[in-house]
Amino acid sequence: MDKLNEILEDIRPDIDFDSAESLVDGNILDSFDIITLVSRINEELGIEISVDELIPENFNSKKAMEKLIEKYQ
Amino acid sequence: MKYNVLQYLEESCMRFPEKIAFEDENEAITYSKTVEYAKKIASYVLSLKNYKPNAAVAILIDRNIDSIVSFFGVVYAGGFYVPIDLNMPKERVDLILESVKPIAIIDSRIKSGDYDNSKSYIDLLNNYTVCDDLLQKVRNNMIDEDPLYAIFTSGSTGVPKGVLISHRSVIDLLDAFNEAFHFENDSVFCNQALFDFDVSVKDVYNSIYCGGKVVVAPKKLFMSPKLLVEFLVKKEINTMIWAVSALKIISDFAALDAVDELPKLRYSMFSGEVMPPKSLMYWKKHFPNTKFVNLYGPTEITCNCTYYIVDRDFSPEEKIPAGKPFTNTRIKLIDESGKLITEAGQLGEICVSGRCLALGYWSDFEKTEKSFPKDPFVNGYSSRMYKTGDLGQYDDDGNIVFSSRKDHQIKHMGHRIELGEIEAALNSIPFVTTAVCIYIEAKETILCFYQADEECKKEIIRELGLKLPKYMWPNSFVKKEALPLNKNGKIDRIMLKKEWEAENG
Repeated sequence: MDKLNEILEDIRPDIDFDSAESLVDGNILDSFDIITLVSRINEELGIEISVDELIPENFNSKKAMEKLIEKYQ
Repeated sequence: MKYNVLQYLEESCMRFPEKIAFEDENEAITYSKTVEYAKKIASYVLSLKNYKPNAAVAILIDRNIDSIVSFFGVVYAGGFYVPIDLNMPKERVDLILESVKPIAIIDSRIKSGDYDNSKSYIDLLNNYTVCDDLLQKVRNNMIDEDPLYAIFTSGSTGVPKGVLISHRSVIDLLDAFNEAFHFENDSVFCNQALFDFDVSVKDVYNSIYCGGKVVVAPKKLFMSPKLLVEFLVKKEINTMIWAVSALKIISDFAALDAVDELPKLRYSMFSGEVMPPKSLMYWKKHFPNTKFVNLYGPTEITCNCTYYIVDRDFSPEEKIPAGKPFTNTRIKLIDESGKLITEAGQLGEICVSGRCLALGYWSDFEKTEKSFPKDPFVNGYSSRMYKTGDLGQYDDDGNIVFSSRKDHQIKHMGHRIELGEIEAALNSIPFVTTAVCIYIEAKETILCFYQADEECKKEIIRELGLKLPKYMWPNSFVKKEALPLNKNGKIDRIMLKKEWEAENG
């Protein structure tokens, strides 16, 4: 998941993703962060996350994002 | 002839008192309650010791109907409102408040908010007594040239600038819109843009003009394109006036293919950025009977000055025209030597005149004079025009086609941003020696090139977070030992862009 770390660090270097929870519900990440993040994950990991998966629960923590990506690998 | 936007609200209230006028995630309000509530707020404003007509009242906004009702409250009190997004850094909020010096601040989120208690907030929960006589007196003294709102946009010198818009300009915009599009009273507008962005002006005022309804879309839906489309269906949305970037969220993720049902859209209008034909064609394929309209215009000319109803398919390399002027507007293309362009294909600055022009920049006479000079092509009487800084040309059908900017202003994620403002913030950070920003439009990326003693991207973001809203943060940072200079001794942005594109494709 080095790539995910790299993307997250690039998009929001101000956030400590290892400890942060409620990233979406707590308004830490906004919709444009999520859209940018998903576009980059798709492009750089060569996967295509389904539009059905674009819901807050899948992006509230780094763990949730890793779990989501694992489904596609 | 109308002279005050409240006349639209009151007329719709007379016709449809119990109809829902505005709806947000948590509640809905009828036309009659909107008027009643707005008058209560107005009565309070009028009772303030420092009250004076045409004074500013700041409104700390959120995606809620209290923000909208507060706007009308301020107008009933004979003032103008200044919408401010509280999600912006406090330093920027304070800059705007210091500039405006409002007689009061309304916090639309006071129910849960506790923002800086040292200021005199109006608690929207309080039940103020309405003084109808006083409100009537105020109304009798109002004229159509009175200011209605001031919207602050990015300023190239590092300080946001306030654009002051009159009742007259909005009334004329509404007349022009409704002449072109004929909104019916069963129109349901989906509000996408926050209220400090003038895209939202078209939702709120077009809706009260026709007696329609505005549904405020919850912010979180814009990360879930499928849920967003389902929301449009559920709320029976038939009219969208959105920023291009918001429409793109749905097309980029092919969300229209993922739902069982599509909304019954009459109009899908877009503005704020250049619409990529690929995205538009995706939308058009799913909505063959919907009118798609490209709207063009900066805040200074009251939302939009031209429109183009998409009447054919576009290939990816084509540009969707900005179209022809609304009836309240005159457009000229003027070349570098000051000559009027009349032929297709020649590039010139898009200059706008007519009653759509803003009253000027708040408290900045010099900038107002510079940006709104006398129209050199009108003789006999004084007429101003607004020099947009946008370059455009006519196509063979007489449509204006936007080409590029004359300066370093960009359109990014639906926002108008002066790169100079980002640079001013970056260069005020003590450990940054020099920084410049360039924009890569194809990748929708703001790049920051900076010189510093050591790598300090995290620290820079932390500092920027105190000064600029998030949409103004650079998306990528490149530390340089030295920044290249051009023959004039200025930082060579073209070279930086070329180098970056060579490395990153």
